[in-house]
Amino acid sequence: MQLALFIVFGALALGGALNLLLQRHPIYSALSLVVVMMSLAVLYWSLGAEFLAAAQVIVYSGAIMVLFVFVIMLLNAGKEEQTQGSRAAYSVGFPGAAAIFCLLSFVFLSERGSLQSTNIGGDLSSAVDNIAVLSAMLFTRQLLPFEVTSVLILVAILGAVVLARREQ
Amino acid sequence: MNHLTDFEVFLMLSVLKVVVVLVITLLGVAYTVLLERKLLARMQNRWGPSRVGPFGLLQPLVDGAKSFLKEDMNPLAVERPLFILAPIIALGCALISVSVVPFGAVTRVRGVDLFQIANVNIGLLVILGVTSIGVYGITLSGWSSNNKYSLLGSLRSTAQVISYELALGLSLVGVVLRAQSLNLRVIVDSQSAHGALSWNIFGGFQFVAFFIYLMAAFAETNRAPFDLPEAENELVAGYHTEYSSMKFAMFFMAEYANMITVSCVATLLFLGGSTSIFGHIFDGILNTPIANAIFPVCWFVAKVFAFLALYIWVRATLPRFRYDQLMSFGWKFLLPLAMANIIVTSLVLAVRG
Amino acid sequence: MVPTAYYLVLAAMLFSIGIAAFLIKRNVITIFISIELMLNAVNLTFVAFAHMWHQVSGQIFVFFVMVVAAAEAAVGLAIILSIFRTRQTLNVDEIDLMKS
Repeated sequence: MQLALFIVFGALALGGALNLLLQRHPIYSALSLVVVMMSLAVLYWSLGAEFLAAAQVIVYSGAIMVLFVFVIMLLNAGKEEQTQGSRAAYSVGFPGAAAIFCLLSFVFLSERGSLQSTNIGGDLSSAVDNIAVLSAMLFTRQLLPFEVTSVLILVAILGAVVLARREQ
Repeated sequence: MNHLTDFEVFLMLSVLKVVVVLVITLLGVAYTVLLERKLLARMQNRWGPSRVGPFGLLQPLVDGAKSFLKEDMNPLAVERPLFILAPIIALGCALISVSVVPFGAVTRVRGVDLFQIANVNIGLLVILGVTSIGVYGITLSGWSSNNKYSLLGSLRSTAQVISYELALGLSLVGVVLRAQSLNLRVIVDSQSAHGALSWNIFGGFQFVAFFIYLMAAFAETNRAPFDLPEAENELVAGYHTEYSSMKFAMFFMAEYANMITVSCVATLLFLGGSTSIFGHIFDGILNTPIANAIFPVCWFVAKVFAFLALYIWVRATLPRFRYDQLMSFGWKFLLPLAMANIIVTSLVLAVRG
Repeated sequence: MVPTAYYLVLAAMLFSIGIAAFLIKRNVITIFISIELMLNAVNLTFVAFAHMWHQVSGQIFVFFVMVVAAAEAAVGLAIILSIFRTRQTLNVDEIDLMKS
């Protein structure tokens, strides 16, 4: 069951990411990222992170990516064209990314023995409800970081308003 | 069914549930349209559809056949893939969210719950998430149509839906605080003690949240008095100007399916879901398994239709808002009110222990 | 039963695709999108490790990453808007002067 979920949605995520790379129009890239995010949400759910799965859909694909699509629509960004810089990036980018991928997967696969296997749903230590544990942790031991991020959001809102406002 | 394994029974019943719920929802969509036309006509002192079948009851079928038979036009300048994808996203998301709604009391047949497709721990968040994905349908339809009216309509609509999603989500927090769970079954069960007196809207003192939810739901589904995306005297028809035939019908159905979803959520969260108005007073009468399965479903459907009638009543009564009024109402009134509601609810819950 | 390593390899694939897209794309918005892809890949490793150790801290970290990503998107898109207003282009090769 979990293997089937992993294969289907892992393949979907991978296909979405490749489509992001290959499409020339920004709106298609943004939409393929939405596909990646939705399939990652399913993977989170299968790893027992229910709240994060929901937050991934609501916050990432429902709010952040809509903002991206919105800006692409507003600026009417067209297809991008090949330039000098992009040709240099092609020759460096693909080998570099491939090297990083090989290194990471080599490390992960060679350490496979010490990494355990996962079962669907998953269990946290001494936990029944994922959201209860998460929020208890968030509002007690992680209270300071939580408040700091709320201040960060406030600053971001102000910054966005100041930057996007047209000067009179 | 004894020779089947549990998994086979689960699979069969699940497919059956999905098909039945889908058919009933689509029929519900068709007859909500008729209900709206009839009620609006009554409120405006006219007859409404009355020619096809008795009382115009066959009108939705004829309308459906008409949209099927019309020519499906694809304007030349549209962005083809997205133009076709947009109505599918809109309708798909509108229909998916029904899958976590519990329609009746827990009735198990070999371990499978008959009146709910999927009992998810985070049911409420699933509905919110699917609704927020539905925004893409509107956004993409406007952009891919390559028409300034469509684009303006979809920009308005997207901004409106995103803004009111905040107030909508925050208005539900009070209910979640009381039930201490996001599971829709648990939320319904938390209001089942004394009938209407323990519903969240009355006994739970969440009437402020209900008011916020009501306003935000009108805006979320792009209905009057917040139907600016389709303001026909400003924007022709908003984001579906370029759509014809079945693709237009899909947008139309998505709007009504969203209305039904929103009514289901309101019923579950504020009006006690499938529990009886009278609580457990009449439990002794008709205490057979079949009656125990049927009556909760009837209560649920009755409550959903009452909410839909409220929707239509409001549409017949209120004029359309101006765009800046809409935005300032959402951000400067509903949002602070929702936050105040959360604070007061959590304070009261903390004091009562 | 899926080994945790598979999730990590999937995350590595997504991350390297993100890097490749970040280097190759010339449109500011697409570059921004590929950063989001890289963040998502890292989030997947966090969730996989949280699952492996039966601890909630990994999920909390992902939560913070999401919040920061939201803030980043808001400010970043506002910057892109103002760049477009002054330069009339989104191509990173043409945005190479501090003064316009």
